[in-house]
This record gives sequence, structure tokens and C-alpha cells, in this order.
Amino acid sequence: MRDGAAIDVSQERVGSAAIVRVSGDVDMTGSPRLRDEIRTAQDARPERIVVDLSEVQYMDSSGLATLVEAMKNAKNKGSLLVLCSMHDKVRGIFEIARLDQYFTIVDSTDEALNA
Amino acid sequence: MSATRTAPDYATAHIKLELLSDPIYLSGAREMVSAVSRRLGFDEVTCCQIALAVDEALANIICHGYNRRTDGKIWLYLWPGDGAPGSPTVRIVIEDEARQVDIEKIKSRDLKDVRPGGLGVHIIKEVMDEVVYEKRQKTGMRLTMAKSVCACDNNTGGHRDA
Repeated sequence: MRDGAAIDVSQERVGSAAIVRVSGDVDMTGSPRLRDEIRTAQDARPERIVVDLSEVQYMDSSGLATLVEAMKNAKNKGSLLVLCSMHDKVRGIFEIARLDQYFTIVDSTDEALNA
Repeated sequence: MSATRTAPDYATAHIKLELLSDPIYLSGAREMVSAVSRRLGFDEVTCCQIALAVDEALANIICHGYNRRTDGKIWLYLWPGDGAPGSPTVRIVIEDEARQVDIEKIKSRDLKDVRPGGLGVHIIKEVMDEVVYEKRQKTGMRLTMAKSVCACDNNTGGHRDA
């Protein structure tokens, strides 16, 4: 079925953490896929979820909404959600939306696993 | 921001793009706008911001105007400005035939209330210098956006302070 999503999302379990790796443009077509993957990861109740954004060059407000929802779910479940390896262009939209202080954003996956 | 103004002179637009309200065309539209903005002289950050504003505007039309119908028509027009060298300007008009919305209801929400959604209008107003929503005469909405960079701003990265 055609969904037009230019996004790939994969998961990896590292100890008590889940790493969700995203690649592509997180826009209106790709955000539902990211949302589903993060929800699946959260259902397994890891202590923390790391969202690796190193391969994301573009994100719009639908991507922000997806991550805000994921953060709220994480708080409800008593787990951590950490964003890592964000490009400056993507960080810019977090700053425009005043969300850069709402999320824990670190530079690398290793740092995210220990943040 | 809203105002009543006459329809733009479509014949003078340098770019005219007609697309359907299908989200699969969002990436093509924003990449075109970003590439053109770059050739007009905007720096990389500003090109991304202009493309983001266009993406958010189109997504709003698709989601709220056409209620995710994928066969609605959307038109995008672009005019470069005639600013001095090093001071690029661009004007973009986006129109649709979707349901008309009360202009007063098109506004940013309180960002202190962190929740999913509702950020599109805030983003558009934050990154563009001029943002005007209006109802088209018979049906649909028109959004006019403009961005300019003064040469004197270029040492700060070519974009105005938020």
C-alpha cells in the first residue's frame, strides 16, 4: 500500500534500553511510522528509550507531536526518553517550538544510554 | 495576522505549482522551495525555515482544510523580491479550495502547554517575516508569506532574531 513515507525506523534492545533508529524525513507521511515504532518499543517496558536521529535531515511539527506524545507516554510509564545525535537543522525546529528544554537531547547514542 | 487584500497578480509569479492535497507531495514542494530559496541567495538555515513554513502550511491545508482528502487542489505561487545584492526576498502565496476558516481562529497556541500538535501556525509565524491568512472570494483560503534578509543581517547567519 502506498503511504509515501520516506522514512525507515528500526529498533534494537541494548540491556534495559531500547534504541529506536530513524532515517529519512519525519514529516506528515513518516510520523505515523515513527509513532508506531516508539509505541511498540514502549510496550516492552524498557527503562529508557533512545531515539537516534542521526539520519534525520528534516522534521516538521508532526514529528515534534510524535515525540511529545512519546515523552508523555514515557513519563506515564516511569521510563526515560532521550533524543540523540540531532542535526542542527532538526534542532532548530525544537528551538522554534520551545521544546529543546522539554526533551533530554544529547550528542551520541553512548551518551544517551548513560544520560 | 490577517488582512483583506486584493488577489495577487498570478501572471507575474515566477513559479506556479498545482498539486493535490496528498501528503506524498509535501517533500517535493518543500525541496523545490528550499532549492529556489538557495538560488535566490538565502543562507542554508533560512532556506530550511522557508521550506518548513511551506510544509506546515500545506500540511495544515491537507489535515484541516481538506480533512485528509487527497484529491483537493492546492496552488503555490512564488515571487522573488528585487532586493539589493545580498538582501534576498521571497513572497509565497498558497491557495486552496478547502473549507473556509474563521481568520481569528488561526493562531498559535500557548507553548507552555506542552502537548502534541497545534504547532504549525506558530512555526510559520516564527520563521516568516510576513504571514497573512485570508478567505478567497468564493471558496478556500489564501496564505501569503514573505521572507527577506537584509545584507546587514548576514553576519548573524542571515535570519532575523525570533
